[in-house]
Amino acid sequence: MRGPRRLPAEQDPVRPKDSGPVTITVDGESLSGLQGQSIAGVLMGNGRQSWRRSPRTGRPRGVFCGIGVCFDCLLTVNDIPDVRACQRRAGEGDVITTQEASDV
Amino acid sequence: MAERGRVIVIGAGIIGAAIARSLVRGGSDVVVLDRGPSAGGTSSSGEGNLLVSDKGPGSELELMQRSLELWREIGPQLRDELPSGFPGLELEYKGGLVVATTEQGAQGLREFAAQQRTAGVLAEEVGEEQVRQLEPDLTRNYTSAVYYPQDAQVQPVIATESLLASARSGGAQVHQGVEVLGAVTSGSRITGVRTSNGDFLGDAVVVAAGPWSGQLAAKLGASLPVKPRRGTVMVTTRMPQRIQHKVYDADYVGAVGSGAADLQVSSVVESTAAGTVLIGSSRERRGFDDRIEARVLAALAAKALLLFPFLSDVAVMRAYGGFRPFMPDHLPVIGADPRVPGLWHATGHEGAGIGLSLATAEILTRELLETPGENPFRVDRPSLQPYLEEAA
Amino acid sequence: MSEKACQVLIIGGGPAGMSAARAALAGGAQVVLLEAGDALGGQFWRHLPESRKGGEEQVLHHKWRHFNTVQRELRDDPGCEVVLGAHVWAIERPDGGQAPAVHVMVGPPDGADREPRTYLPQSIIFATGGQERTLPFPGWDLPGVYTAGAAQALAKGERVAVGQRVLVAGAGPFLLPVVTSLIRTGATVIGVAEASGWKRLAKGWLSRPWELAATRSKAGELGGYLREMVHHRVPYRAGTTVIAAHGEESVESVTLARLDADWKPVPGTQRRVEVDAVCVSHGFVPRTELALTVGCTVDAHGFVVVDDQQRTSVENVFCAGELTGIGGVDLALAEGEIAGATAAGTQPRASVVKARNVFRAFAERLQTAHGIRPGWQTWPEPGTTLCRCEDVTVGEVREVAAATQARGLRSLKLTTRAGLGPCQGRTCGRNTEEILSSCGLLDPGRTARRPIAIPVRLGELAATTSSQREETP
Repeated sequence: MRGPRRLPAEQDPVRPKDSGPVTITVDGESLSGLQGQSIAGVLMGNGRQSWRRSPRTGRPRGVFCGIGVCFDCLLTVNDIPDVRACQRRAGEGDVITTQEASDV
Repeated sequence: MAERGRVIVIGAGIIGAAIARSLVRGGSDVVVLDRGPSAGGTSSSGEGNLLVSDKGPGSELELMQRSLELWREIGPQLRDELPSGFPGLELEYKGGLVVATTEQGAQGLREFAAQQRTAGVLAEEVGEEQVRQLEPDLTRNYTSAVYYPQDAQVQPVIATESLLASARSGGAQVHQGVEVLGAVTSGSRITGVRTSNGDFLGDAVVVAAGPWSGQLAAKLGASLPVKPRRGTVMVTTRMPQRIQHKVYDADYVGAVGSGAADLQVSSVVESTAAGTVLIGSSRERRGFDDRIEARVLAALAAKALLLFPFLSDVAVMRAYGGFRPFMPDHLPVIGADPRVPGLWHATGHEGAGIGLSLATAEILTRELLETPGENPFRVDRPSLQPYLEEAA
Repeated sequence: MSEKACQVLIIGGGPAGMSAARAALAGGAQVVLLEAGDALGGQFWRHLPESRKGGEEQVLHHKWRHFNTVQRELRDDPGCEVVLGAHVWAIERPDGGQAPAVHVMVGPPDGADREPRTYLPQSIIFATGGQERTLPFPGWDLPGVYTAGAAQALAKGERVAVGQRVLVAGAGPFLLPVVTSLIRTGATVIGVAEASGWKRLAKGWLSRPWELAATRSKAGELGGYLREMVHHRVPYRAGTTVIAAHGEESVESVTLARLDADWKPVPGTQRRVEVDAVCVSHGFVPRTELALTVGCTVDAHGFVVVDDQQRTSVENVFCAGELTGIGGVDLALAEGEIAGATAAGTQPRASVVKARNVFRAFAERLQTAHGIRPGWQTWPEPGTTLCRCEDVTVGEVREVAAATQARGLRSLKLTTRAGLGPCQGRTCGRNTEEILSSCGLLDPGRTARRPIAIPVRLGELAATTSSQREETP
């Protein structure tokens, strides 16, 4: 097993409350996470590391800074472009298109 | 007047750069001085407009028409002259579309276009279907649209650096970070400048310092009524290109021609080669106050959305402002100053300096190296006379 | 758009801002605290959202109880309005001596329909914090390379580990808590690479030991992290760093090398290590957009210059926390308290002024022991990305600078496109300036100027023109 992973609650020394699931679609694929997670958190919890391409050379981009300053993790949420996945909480039913798919 | 000797050009913006290149090619020994870095003022604060659409018949339009010919000539020359790593000019003959949104505006636009056509401007009123072809995402709420295929765009900083690099390869010296403090004179004649880095002597001194030319001219013994007029431009994030031309609302023409000091906002919206959208343009006379103000940005946004409602969800990531050199009679000053022998001016292009730079350099070079001819931009023209006295 | 007058406006809800709010309230002021996120705490006390609140979150935190106490106090004090989701997008330097007007969009991050507000405070405290500075090396833009702060944020705020086999690299004691967080989020940390060598570390940390005695709380914090590393047998290598990351679509391995005193790699010391994530932090830069826009004076490193009362060069404008220098949470708390008390028109406690001075000395030690050295410029290859947003390489920037001979950042940015993308040079600005410093730049520091502090949508901007004034007494 490689890459990012969400620590299962039963193994977690922090003992987080069960907030219930949240489901979003990413480029048509349904992904689930936990309520209260950021969109980046849901993507990475599902093992996704990148979801955007750099504009000139098409290099893969995902989370880099995690605190909203690098703008690497941008995606389109419910038709609104350029949303930072690391900053925005996932909302139930959010329809997400990666800017990899939308040919920016 | 033939002074094939040494010329000191003050200002490393596009006007100074174009003049330096032109004089070097004419055989002069050229020194360019700037108190700041190259392309650090007005030349890096605008959109890079090469426009005929905003100019009515007259000498400024003729200057622009000549400049457009020169851009077609010099653009490819620069590409051949400069090393391969040099960024391209992004010179695009994309055309402009001027759009009126009121009946009154439509009437004014049609009349203006008719006058322009008599002066050789291609200005074609376009119907519904053609508008949709030109700009599919333009608002449906317009009353008239005129297409100007001659309008073009250049990346102004790359253009300035290209002209400077070309001048340098022809032997010009360019000194950045050298401030001119005063004149070196011999009798009534200016024979050089005192600077923060010692004296520079020359046979002629050309002031090409944009909105700062008034201060500089005063240091060199001549008054010049050039004033800063502030402009603000916003830049969006990259997006798939949906705006194909330079698109302006018809108010733009009025704002350019106006001399009012208070804020005037009209839309100029266009995509850049990088995929961002530039949104201008405000005009306001507030001295050298360089603040970017929220009320100006809001007004620019509101105007842009009138033309392109789809931009509503697009994010603005940057705003920049700068000062345009404003002349009270709306004409640039190009030529010798009869009050101070040896002193020359090339300034006052307001928002059109990028476009007008090449023809400006051509006139100045001709006047300086050959014989002065008919020149509507001379300092002692009648329309400028009252302001010269006022400034002095 | 509503305009709201207020007495003390604080921007940033991390340790410095919270501390400032508390002190200003204690001084009798009416306070508005703006925080962009949907919880207080900042990056330091980044935690799970209310819906996932952990029973044992203190295992990831230092001074967690203090955070909870202050948070409760601020919530319960009627003189304090905490505005969450408050995105300050512009600030205006006013004409006279009054404090600047602050333009805010309130709503979700990067939302499209947020509520515009303008605050007209009597005094203002910037507590906007810092961000990591990451130096470029070949492969640093591959997915799987994160800032150490990203690893922290994902661990504390999401319970997501960035990888399974993780290397932590960079400089400074802030690498240590990242190790703890990663371990407690289920990752294996295969090592810590500290760029500074033992000699320099000793010079920074072991000289004048009597001064360090006063920073016991700091020593306790770091000691805890060290014990955790020893317990998990995480090797700590000084004078070593990651000089390349390898992989196609994500990191598969990294090259480590020993560094000399200038951080130049020592030939023959390179070795490859397999990882699925690497967390890097070479230093910190302050988030100074707002402070620079209103005209606060900054020092040569870009930090805001403040006096003993945390006053900046602009009247009625204060700064606290990482904006003034990187010194950790204790310094931020002390500076916040001083700024808050002074802004409320009261005297700060003598003990906190003393604490601030002690922790400032700690910040100086940090710089001596871990400050970035110029040898990093030998790590990137010509094809290495410098500006991630616009895909500009180190080689392109050097080549264009040589061709144009420009000495201004404005020109160099616009000819190379470095720093012109969505992050507006937040990530590459300082690196670009250092790479270009041999050009004799006439406007150093310019890449930090961003009058639009955070992107705002045209529709939201246009909506602010339909102005409607709401008077608050």
